[in-house]
Amino acid sequence: METVGLLLSGFATALTPQNLLFAFAGCFLGTAVGVLPGIGPALTVALLLPITFKVPAASAFILFAGVYYGAMYGGATTSILLNTPGESATVITALEGFQMAKRGRAGPALATAAVGSFVAGTIGTAALTFFAPVLVELALRLGPAEYFSLMVIAFVAVSAVLGSSPVRGLAMLFLGLVLGIVGVDLQTGQPRLTFGLIELLDGIEVTIVAVGLFAVAETLHLASRHRYGEDELLPLSGSLWLTREDFARSWKPWLRGTVIGFPLGAIPAGGAELPTFLSYSLERRLSRWPEEFGRGAIEGVAGPEAANNASAAGVLMPMLTLGLPTSVTAAIMLSAFQSYGIQPGPMLFQNQSELVWSMIASLYIGNAMLLVLNLPLIGLWVRVLRIPRPQFYGGILVFATIGAYGVANSVVDLAVMYAVGVFGMLMKRYDFPVAPVVIGMILGPLAEQSFRQAMTISQGDPTAFITRPVSATLLALALALVVAPPVLRALAASRRRA
Amino acid sequence: MRFRPRRDEVAFALLLLALAGLVVWQTVAIPVSPIYARVGPTAFPWIAATGLLLLSLVLLLQALRGGLPGVGRRQAPDWRSLGWVGAGLAANAALISTLGFVFAAVALFACTARGFGSRRPIRDALIGAVVGFAAFFGFARLLGVNIGAGVLEGLL
Repeated sequence: METVGLLLSGFATALTPQNLLFAFAGCFLGTAVGVLPGIGPALTVALLLPITFKVPAASAFILFAGVYYGAMYGGATTSILLNTPGESATVITALEGFQMAKRGRAGPALATAAVGSFVAGTIGTAALTFFAPVLVELALRLGPAEYFSLMVIAFVAVSAVLGSSPVRGLAMLFLGLVLGIVGVDLQTGQPRLTFGLIELLDGIEVTIVAVGLFAVAETLHLASRHRYGEDELLPLSGSLWLTREDFARSWKPWLRGTVIGFPLGAIPAGGAELPTFLSYSLERRLSRWPEEFGRGAIEGVAGPEAANNASAAGVLMPMLTLGLPTSVTAAIMLSAFQSYGIQPGPMLFQNQSELVWSMIASLYIGNAMLLVLNLPLIGLWVRVLRIPRPQFYGGILVFATIGAYGVANSVVDLAVMYAVGVFGMLMKRYDFPVAPVVIGMILGPLAEQSFRQAMTISQGDPTAFITRPVSATLLALALALVVAPPVLRALAASRRRA
Repeated sequence: MRFRPRRDEVAFALLLLALAGLVVWQTVAIPVSPIYARVGPTAFPWIAATGLLLLSLVLLLQALRGGLPGVGRRQAPDWRSLGWVGAGLAANAALISTLGFVFAAVALFACTARGFGSRRPIRDALIGAVVGFAAFFGFARLLGVNIGAGVLEGLL
């Protein structure tokens, strides 16, 4: 049981007072940004990126991991009390959770969400602990061609499968790829897409784009719709303890949600939205009280909340073992690894074993901290939700300014962030997804590297991607992800007509 | 509904098309040494540029033929609110390199709050100053982010 030994040594690192403090700070911040609508873990990690110059890598990743898990917990609170999901992964939670709160059962809804998140997060982290080393063994056998094909799957999944329109998703993916190309080409030293500007030689900072797309775009978007009214915050009602009946109706959805969430998070078709949808419809079908769905069924909160936390653990799997981020937060964490000069991937478990295992250990610790932060301290987060909108968005823009101006004290960077923000506002207006831009930008350069390595090995023969069996299978899968949904829809439509 | 283009959507698709055009122009401008002729620095930019170009053409077509699928008619933006936030952002950029971060934060905070319907500018300015100082302290002192030194920041 080599894994157990490594995990224990990870705990030894994660349990030092300093790292416990980082874990707590991460969980606290994560819950706060999860609770606050409009800002999320991706923006927070992006703003915290400068910390990578100050503290050891292990501490930084313990902090980021806390933010990442914390946001999943906090998002539920907003969905239940405000009906405005704090995170896309908690959209489904709002369906039943808000109805429960309206009927004076906010307490049990929050409790089943928090306990379910804890159960699923812990089981998911355990699954990560024991499956990751297995996946590493497999990953070590992949060549650059296979890696490239794997990244193509991740690109396609993020842009064409999730979201409302494949065309818009893919357009944003290619835009992200373009942003990732800007700067000096690492292999030939030639400047690319820089328009002859010296400022662009180093490439475009991830922080500036992420903060522009998330903070500035969100604020502008909400300002543009300001006159169309605000949401109503429901009071905290009902006991925070689950009754025997609540518990009896919750524990199976928790476990089912976990089983759905983890694998769907782990395959490079990531995203936490899909598992929450699946869990919700499954619980609705299995429930003995299907008539309660839509009017506050506790299963409809328990299942999806477990599913989104389990998938959050699952997303870390391709991220740590393959260096393949499938969510925006994971992508920004990847760029944090890069700023330490570390490349996530199979070698991470060999070269940076202590770092990886202390991060995984901190996930167990963080889950326990978050259960405490989100049940007994729930009143604090309700107060955070009461921050008046005018001052809240003022504060967001001040922090966004630090994110962009802190990079190089340049007003040009600030202007770039504003431009990205205006563009992001238009993206929201016309329902273009944000995730493909960020993931394309961060993963694009790695995909290009694999692409060129594979082409060099094959001496410029592009058929290498389809003659190697594993690579060919992966590419076929990616193609199926794009082609299958519209074809199936057309078939279903023609059958209905016949 | 069909064949009636939505002007704003067409404009957005044209913006994307223009971006794709810029990328093509810059990709052509990358000099390629014959050593790298096969898998050189231009291969990937060409893929990205072509993808963006084709997809923005599809979007343009969709916008011209009755609108992007699934996107309903939009409410007119709240220009007054947007204007205040925009003014705040502009003031922020103008002040940050002259008077310093805290003054810029006060202006940005007060204007944004006004844009979101607050009617108490003096109170907002004070809160903005507190947020600005706290943020400066947190990021500049604890995280070591250099946000420049203005008139007030030296006092900390």
